[in-house]
Amino acid sequence: MLIYWANDEYKITIFGHTYVRFFPDWYYNLLHIPQRLAEGMAFHFLFMWFFTLNGIFYVLYTIISGEWRELVPKKNSFKEAWLVLLHDLHIRKMAPPQNKYNAAQRIAYTAIIVMGVGSVITGLAIYKPVQFYYLTWICGGYHFARIIHFALTLGYVFFFIIHVVQVVLAGWNNFRSVVSGFEVINETPATIQSAKDETAG
Amino acid sequence: MKRLQPFNQQKMKQPVKHSKKARKPKKELTIEQKITRRNFISFTIFGALSVTAFGGWRWLYKSPIEPNGITGNAHVPLRRALNKTELAFRKFFSNNHLVKTYPKSMAAKNVRHNTDIGSDSHFALADWRLNVVKANGEKLAITIEQIMDLPKTDLVFDFKCVEGWDQIQHWGGLRFADFINHFGLQDQATLDYVGMETPDKAYYVGLDMQSAMHPQTILAYELNEKPIPFNHGKPLRLIIPVKYGIKNLKRIGTITFSNQRPHDYWAEQGYDYYSGL
Repeated sequence: MLIYWANDEYKITIFGHTYVRFFPDWYYNLLHIPQRLAEGMAFHFLFMWFFTLNGIFYVLYTIISGEWRELVPKKNSFKEAWLVLLHDLHIRKMAPPQNKYNAAQRIAYTAIIVMGVGSVITGLAIYKPVQFYYLTWICGGYHFARIIHFALTLGYVFFFIIHVVQVVLAGWNNFRSVVSGFEVINETPATIQSAKDETAG
Repeated sequence: MKRLQPFNQQKMKQPVKHSKKARKPKKELTIEQKITRRNFISFTIFGALSVTAFGGWRWLYKSPIEPNGITGNAHVPLRRALNKTELAFRKFFSNNHLVKTYPKSMAAKNVRHNTDIGSDSHFALADWRLNVVKANGEKLAITIEQIMDLPKTDLVFDFKCVEGWDQIQHWGGLRFADFINHFGLQDQATLDYVGMETPDKAYYVGLDMQSAMHPQTILAYELNEKPIPFNHGKPLRLIIPVKYGIKNLKRIGTITFSNQRPHDYWAEQGYDYYSGL
């Protein structure tokens, strides 16, 4: 990501007025970025291996373990995701029923894989546009591939922020289940009698 | 009542292993104990991984900067990664892979100019010669007329800067491969590297021979079909489309050949030596 910080190449301009410039000056100064393009590129070209391999192993794991069934959106996921969103924003009271992941999660966790593949392809397209000219062509040329690569990077930042906020909001039991792989469910006993010996319940 | 809910819906199986030594069967753990135990194991692993990841990042971030040599100013492990990555990606290099070319009409009229390093000092055009230094020390001094007498190659391509911008530009000049053949430098072209320097020696680049001999690498003397202006490296500059702009040296003074990597202005500042596209 540091690569984009050397030169204000990207901005959102509508009818000649620049609304957002990537990135604003305060942002550069906050992170002490000026004059550090070489360092950023060096980090990038090490971590690209790490992220790519990590992605490949993760996808292989979900395929081998069968977990992908929980992660891929179902037919009704797109409709349900809207309801999940309304619920999360406290507009709607009821969340649609779910298994391990809700509809919005299914879409998000599959989208992130598609984005990852996109980043690798656009990355190669701009890293070696002469050697991998066919990838550059598929991505709509060098310049456009660069923009996609950049947009995807912004996408990861949003994914990360929303994801962390959601984990914090979901609370401790959820976080524990993320780490340990199981969930503790406190069942309300059916009869009053059996409730007596439940103290922790 | 508390219940463990494994996500994959499998029932937790009891271990049915029987060792040969008749051991007392272990007391079955209560649900409460199982929860504590599994939490403990999971969080220990999670914690250990987090510490390792954080420690690894700190180690990398605080790792020493390489000593100044042919390359400089990069963290030692990162430089190693750059060099290894170069080796991995050089396997895909081929002189049959050509940079995309465009019609002349698409070439920029206002050609972007980034820096004057190496081409800003006092310069007497009439005295300019292209100095070629062979590996054995033999020298040639070539005039611009000698170069312009040879067949010209035009190239309209997307010039790519390491800073992120790119621009379609129209350059014309002598192909480097033609230059080698015409001036009888074929034996020099068997070496691994070419070095180029500006006349004031302020800017210099090192190129692998493969990239230099690429059919689209040219010693350019024309920009938009006119002689190159001073700020773009009059009278002769390097245009090498398989490299980022940082390798496209302006105003060539000297060309050298070697099996060792020649010094390179931006590699010394922490950039990748290869910087190939």
